[in-house]
Amino acid sequence: MDLSVITGSLDQYLAGLWLTVHLVALSCAIGLAAAVPLAVARVSRNPAVRGPVAAYTWFFRGTPMLVQLLLIYYGLGQFQWMQAQWEAGHPFWLLFREPYFCALLAFALNTGAYTTEIIAGAIRNVPHGEIEAAKAAGMSRFVMARRILLPSALRRAIPAYSNEVILMLQGSSIASAITLVDLTGAARNVYSKHFAPFEAFVFAGLIYLVLTFALVGLFQLAERRWLAHLRAQRNPRPVG
Amino acid sequence: MNRFAAVLIALGLLSAGAQAKEWTEIRLASEGAYPPFNTIGPNGALAGFDIDIGNALCAEMKAKCTWVKQEWDGMIPALNARKFDAIVASMSITAERQKQVDFSDKYYATPLGLVARKGSPLLPSAESLKGRKVGVQRGTVADNFATRFWEPKGVNVVRYAKQDEAYLDLASGRLEAALADALEAEGGFLAKPEGAGYAFLGSRMFGANAEEKAVIGDGVGIAVRKKDADLKAQLNKALATIRANGTYDVLRKKYFDYDIYGQ
Repeated sequence: MDLSVITGSLDQYLAGLWLTVHLVALSCAIGLAAAVPLAVARVSRNPAVRGPVAAYTWFFRGTPMLVQLLLIYYGLGQFQWMQAQWEAGHPFWLLFREPYFCALLAFALNTGAYTTEIIAGAIRNVPHGEIEAAKAAGMSRFVMARRILLPSALRRAIPAYSNEVILMLQGSSIASAITLVDLTGAARNVYSKHFAPFEAFVFAGLIYLVLTFALVGLFQLAERRWLAHLRAQRNPRPVG
Repeated sequence: MNRFAAVLIALGLLSAGAQAKEWTEIRLASEGAYPPFNTIGPNGALAGFDIDIGNALCAEMKAKCTWVKQEWDGMIPALNARKFDAIVASMSITAERQKQVDFSDKYYATPLGLVARKGSPLLPSAESLKGRKVGVQRGTVADNFATRFWEPKGVNVVRYAKQDEAYLDLASGRLEAALADALEAEGGFLAKPEGAGYAFLGSRMFGANAEEKAVIGDGVGIAVRKKDADLKAQLNKALATIRANGTYDVLRKKYFDYDIYGQ
């Protein structure tokens, strides 16, 4: 164990950590924002609304994220047409030349698919009593969705969603496959420079561990705040 | 006392015998992503100049050799972890690597070359490449060179796990140049249809001064664990033999129409 390997490359790890954090945060934010309307569409009774969303989640949950990332980064860049757009300096297609954008797109599409299914499942599990009460109160379908269905479903989705965010954090390590120097990329660079795999990866692993614990803590706070009504009571009244 | 001395001598002889072990079974490792030196053949097995050299050396040493496919990234740690006994994977002999492993004599010389689109105004110097994206394979001599001499002067060095990926990004226009082993670049990219519009910029780089020469290294050798001096000696002897009896040249002509051994 040679600690100088780590202390000598702290700046690389920090830069990698920052890239990992904002890549994951941004892709989860985009994925979640897209997943809420998509989940509503996913539980629609109309197959023309439900079908395309089901196809999207089926594709992105059915293929590995690494394959999606490589398809977007190397796959699209291989087409002559795309290269011609880059040469011409087309501002939209130029985005696909940047590894950061490719990673963000792949991650957001992937987590969006999972989050859609998580929220759709939660919507299906909203207790009938809540819906009947809303109907009895004379709410329109839109008002019911906004006031009852979504708030209730989103709260119930928090535990499953916390898993998804943690999986995204760890899954983001594949960003280094397309030249991004994220936390894993930094570890790989340190490793190949010093031939010290143990030090390089153990340190990266420790940082991921800390990040994961931080996420777990944040989601526990969120559950305490928004799922308090579903918690077991601390002092249940004695029976009888 | 005499008996004690005799035992000591016998032990000494035994351990000397163990040290000068004759290697009859050797596990060789290569990467398989560095054509024409090492690639995956149509049958899925390793193939290329490195593999041919390795097999010729084994035939010369009358040793039974098996090949192990190993990612470039983990090559040296895996050797030291005894996953195999020698690396025949176009690994340049550098001071940095010699801290970890020993090398046989070189089996070919290897300058670096900067590859870019034909007609590109760039040159292989930090001044010319400042602010440009230059791709290298992570952990190679090209990486060490670019990291040491170019990156501090503002060249944007992009690192890839595989050499092929750097060429893909060069072809797609994401990179403006790629720095690589000149021989590898020639066989693995420039000679292929997808490399048609590309060429070396400037001349091949052997190192302009002592510092650069130290990074580029003394050519390519076979890496062995530091304690396996006997294996290294056997390999060097076999290498000298195939150089002298013409086997080396026959193999070399399969891949290159000029002498790659250097001086």
